Amino acid sequence: MAERFAVNRLPGFTTIAILAFLALYIPIITLVFFSFNAGKTVMDFNGFSLQWYAVAWNNTAVQEAAWRSVVIAFWATVIATTVATMAALGTTRRRAFKGQTAVYVAINQPLMVPEIVTAVALLIVFAWVKVQTGYQGLGYLILAHAAFCIPFAYLPIRARLEGLDLSLETAAADLYATPWRTFRRVTLPLLAPGIVAGAMLAFITSLDDVVITEFVKSAGQDTLPTYMLGQLRRGVTPEVNAISTLLLGLTVVILTAFFLLTRERR
Amino acid sequence: MSPAEEAALRQSDRNGWLLVLPALIVLALAAILPLLVMLVYSFLTPGDFGNVEWQFSWDGWVSILFQRDIFDGTLGLADAHLTIFWRSIWLSVVTTALAFVVGFPTAWFIATRPPAQRPIWLFLVTIPFWTNLLIRTFAILEVIRSEGLINTALIKTGMISEPIQMLYTDGAVLAGMAYVYLPLMVLPLYAAIDRFDMRMLEAAYDLYASRWLALRRVILPIVSPGIVAGSILVFVPSLGAYVTPRVLGGGKNMMIGNFIELQFGQGRNWPLGASLSMTLLVIVTVALLFYVRAANRGTQTHG
Repeated sequence: MAERFAVNRLPGFTTIAILAFLALYIPIITLVFFSFNAGKTVMDFNGFSLQWYAVAWNNTAVQEAAWRSVVIAFWATVIATTVATMAALGTTRRRAFKGQTAVYVAINQPLMVPEIVTAVALLIVFAWVKVQTGYQGLGYLILAHAAFCIPFAYLPIRARLEGLDLSLETAAADLYATPWRTFRRVTLPLLAPGIVAGAMLAFITSLDDVVITEFVKSAGQDTLPTYMLGQLRRGVTPEVNAISTLLLGLTVVILTAFFLLTRERR
Repeated sequence: MSPAEEAALRQSDRNGWLLVLPALIVLALAAILPLLVMLVYSFLTPGDFGNVEWQFSWDGWVSILFQRDIFDGTLGLADAHLTIFWRSIWLSVVTTALAFVVGFPTAWFIATRPPAQRPIWLFLVTIPFWTNLLIRTFAILEVIRSEGLINTALIKTGMISEPIQMLYTDGAVLAGMAYVYLPLMVLPLYAAIDRFDMRMLEAAYDLYASRWLALRRVILPIVSPGIVAGSILVFVPSLGAYVTPRVLGGGKNMMIGNFIELQFGQGRNWPLGASLSMTLLVIVTVALLFYVRAANRGTQTHG
């Protein structure tokens, strides 16, 4: 019998797809691989070594930048997730209020405006505020990060809310729970996986930001990504590869957790 | 509707507004108001050491396209600016085309896997999507630089004796952007192909369509909202790209994003930087309106 005619098979497509997956991963794998290189470049592979991790670890500039990244990401995540949770509660499971479309546009604005545009707009405003108030701290970066993290926190929380069963809350109300008690004991626990998922995305987004941070930061406020960008002037060092690998590992761990958390149960 | 019900609904609206208010305040402070301030700055006069003088001027907007001759003060086209705009546009268009040519077969491949396998393939596309853009750009750098993977492989196998200069060319920027934005093409295309009814294809083949004809006349028109969506999602960040051209293009192969930065650094022309940013914002907004229309069409035909 002749080979079965596969309707959805298109010639060459599988080859291109496999090549695309290889193209997506070969550069990343190269980067990870050579962060463990004892030599300095791809040219001379001198065996496995953790020396570049040690170099990065002992570099005070890297330590400070890493700590700053985490502090900014933490506060930006707390702020973004809190306001996004409230916004999600305000925009779901009730009749659409007047101006709700404008609210959606505002929440998604950071996804639509090119980063470089937001970055220079913030540079202009914060330069003025810095002169007026004399305050030079991390607050500017935290506020800027919180704003562009909002849509990333909002979307998973809203998705979770839309899938919630209203009758549970009705039941709680029927049993004489106050609205606040209902929210705290019924809605919030059910919503928790969505909130955690949103917080994770917000955290990664903040941790990864280069452009806005580069323009908003004051002198000596490098985060890990801006430190890495600054190192480029001296050519790529395996030290940067080592930092990249660690950040990459962190991203994969958080993403895997995110997918396990939001996976639909069948 | 009884007055009591109406009052309850009004109360619900009010609660809705109160709940979204904190988010709106954060967004207003750090995302929306700054754009308005920037619009104002685009009409001011550049200060001697950066920043601005509070004096009205059209120069920020005029100098997007024109430059004043230093001798006789006449206006002429600013060729250097036009070169940068032209490079940004064609690099973004070619990036989009490249991402489509690679992304469409990839999305098709994922959508035609057995249902249990699809999440794994999608996850493989999503990891690079969420990986730091800078890290992915560094990864490409490791592949194409003179001491990088490609040159090393070619030299070790004896095909070349001197490394090929790939870094700091338009080609490098192009490859880098296509690489970093590919997932943005694959994901919406996958969503469109996933909804595509394979029986349409059976019907086409029953009517003696060749595979090429079926692709061109049946598949592509039906998944076209996904194509438009993916193309705009790639085109928009490409046009505003800053990191990738800076790392892979070096100082010479600037795109609009780098040109904007220049005005706030060595260029010391904040009003020009502001007007360029507003222009970029308008172009992107128009592109996104097309996206919203395409997305709506996509849900209507399969609703």
